[in-house]
Amino acid sequence: MVQETVPVVVHPFSKYLRADMMPHIWCQGCGNGVLLNCFVHALDELQTDLDKLVVVSGIGCIGRAAGYTNADSFHTTHGRALAFATGVKLANPELEVVVISGDGDLFAIGGNHFIHAARRNIGIKVLCANNLNYGMTGGQQGPTTPLESVTTTSPYGNIEHPFNLVHLAAASGATYVARWTSLHVRRLTQSIKKMLQKEGFCFVEMLSPCPEIYGRYNKMRSGLEMMSWFKSASVVENFSDPSKADITPERIVVGDFVDIEKLSYEKMLHEKISKINEMAIEGVS
Amino acid sequence: MPKPKSGLTGAHFMNGDVACAEGAIAAGCRFFAGYPITPATEIAEHLSQRMPEFGGIYVQMEDEIASLAAVIGASYSGLKAMTATSGPGFSLMQENIGLAVMTEAPCVIVDVMRGGPSTGQPTMPGQQDVMQAKWGSHGDYGIIALTPSSVQEMFDLTVEAFNLSEAYRVPALLMGDEIVGHMWEKVVIPPGDKIRIVNRKKPTGPREEYLPFKPDDDLVPPMACFGEGYRFHATGLTHNEHGYPQTSSSEVQTKLVRRLCDKIQKNADKIVRVEEVMLEDADIVVVAYGIVARAALSAIRKAREKGIKAGLLRLITLWPFPEEQVARAAKSAKAIVVPEMNCGQMVREVERAAKETPVVFLSKLGEEPHTPLEILEVIRRNK
Repeated sequence: MVQETVPVVVHPFSKYLRADMMPHIWCQGCGNGVLLNCFVHALDELQTDLDKLVVVSGIGCIGRAAGYTNADSFHTTHGRALAFATGVKLANPELEVVVISGDGDLFAIGGNHFIHAARRNIGIKVLCANNLNYGMTGGQQGPTTPLESVTTTSPYGNIEHPFNLVHLAAASGATYVARWTSLHVRRLTQSIKKMLQKEGFCFVEMLSPCPEIYGRYNKMRSGLEMMSWFKSASVVENFSDPSKADITPERIVVGDFVDIEKLSYEKMLHEKISKINEMAIEGVS
Repeated sequence: MPKPKSGLTGAHFMNGDVACAEGAIAAGCRFFAGYPITPATEIAEHLSQRMPEFGGIYVQMEDEIASLAAVIGASYSGLKAMTATSGPGFSLMQENIGLAVMTEAPCVIVDVMRGGPSTGQPTMPGQQDVMQAKWGSHGDYGIIALTPSSVQEMFDLTVEAFNLSEAYRVPALLMGDEIVGHMWEKVVIPPGDKIRIVNRKKPTGPREEYLPFKPDDDLVPPMACFGEGYRFHATGLTHNEHGYPQTSSSEVQTKLVRRLCDKIQKNADKIVRVEEVMLEDADIVVVAYGIVARAALSAIRKAREKGIKAGLLRLITLWPFPEEQVARAAKSAKAIVVPEMNCGQMVREVERAAKETPVVFLSKLGEEPHTPLEILEVIRRNK
């Protein structure tokens, strides 16, 4: 008998992911896989040194993305990814520090850390999967839930005004701000690439379909239906006013919103430290 | 690369908060993140000036939650890191104390205790956070807590806290109080090469075989840091030796949590420090710690002058609790006196360890710690 073996084809991106963590926990139709895919594509196109990459996440569905990435990774307490990442980046500015987290984690429980990390302009790159609700805990109303959306904790329709994340990031001082949906894979990948090459605090939001949880209560039961909404409502308007980019059922403004140059906190800090250290050694101070 | 600068040496007159800050520098701490709070602010102020001189980092965070999160991040980036606070901030830190315990991040947390609960008495001393030090974060875990009684000990025990934290990969707490923090005293700082420094164990095997949470015989895993090429994962979720989440396994939960407790409890004989004064023949043993222990020392001396055989067991380590030392002292004593600036916290531990020996608790709250005469009076009544 002649035995032939089908050769094992290694996926070209498998080196970026921890295969032994699979299967992932995400639902069918979820956009988190798209976000991770775009992130990995960006890493590949930039030939990022995985030994110098630290991926930090908070708690929530997308929080597992840190563990799925084959780099140094840390899954913090709820909302604290940015505060933790601040320590990482300051202690070793050579590291590329990326925070991948959700809207609830970054903007409700972690909201204070977000505005202050952006204000300091620390060189952390934030990738936010915005699924408009708390998915991991079964679909509660959150800081991005649209008005009148039905969730498990807003059964009569949400009456809290949602955050417009790109406006918040821009107002807080981010040097790069962009928004895409999971439909815009190429442009999202380009934005992640741009963010990874920039200095200072950067923020990229990706609207992520959550058909199993959010969609179920809001007449979009399948991933496809949520994607259809993204498709019909998305308007690409680069460098438009982020304050006018509220997400509504009729209109999702996507594109780059901010792209400015500003010295990063870690650069300013370490320059100062070197100078003071030098003076202290020479006995000037 | 920052150049090494030699630290302060010789005799100095300083307050306890500054001594703590200098102790951190001497211990090799090069990262401080904090948030202003009375009576610990001077630690942050002093380090904001001193850290850069040593090439170290001072960062003021938006709150105490963020401060400890940043400290854990810096520790994982390879620096010795510290934060300092008081009761209200210590409460906010409990969440990330749990994270540091779970991810075995060496770090030092200073709590310069003031009167509580809530905002309480910001400029008054207290010993009301000592049980919170052990039990404040949810879940079971082992932790190390030290209590300084003098400005000299604010220096010495800060160094010791770093050493223990690095050795056992656990947060080490320095539980000072408003008086030791703000009091000015003479501090003698030995030359750098005479100060014992402990650094975390590093992995030695091949990178691809590294298991970040696989312990050695001492129950402590060697620690790789970010950027060293190990590409490891750490999480606050229950995890296996790989660092991977295992949230539904009883076996993994049992193994991990027991080890987190055991690595402190089973090494207690190496961690625990007490000071024993005239205990050999003592009928009355005063068990005290922190600033109150100084009044207790004076009280037992006065008692001896009056012919009462009194002795002092000063707890330098609060957690793990010096159970054996208390039990030994209790064995031959007629009574134990425990003065504390709270409504009865460590006294419960003392009672537990003292078994049949009667324990008298002397509580005091507010502006001043117990006077020697107040303690002497209780010694006299129980002789």
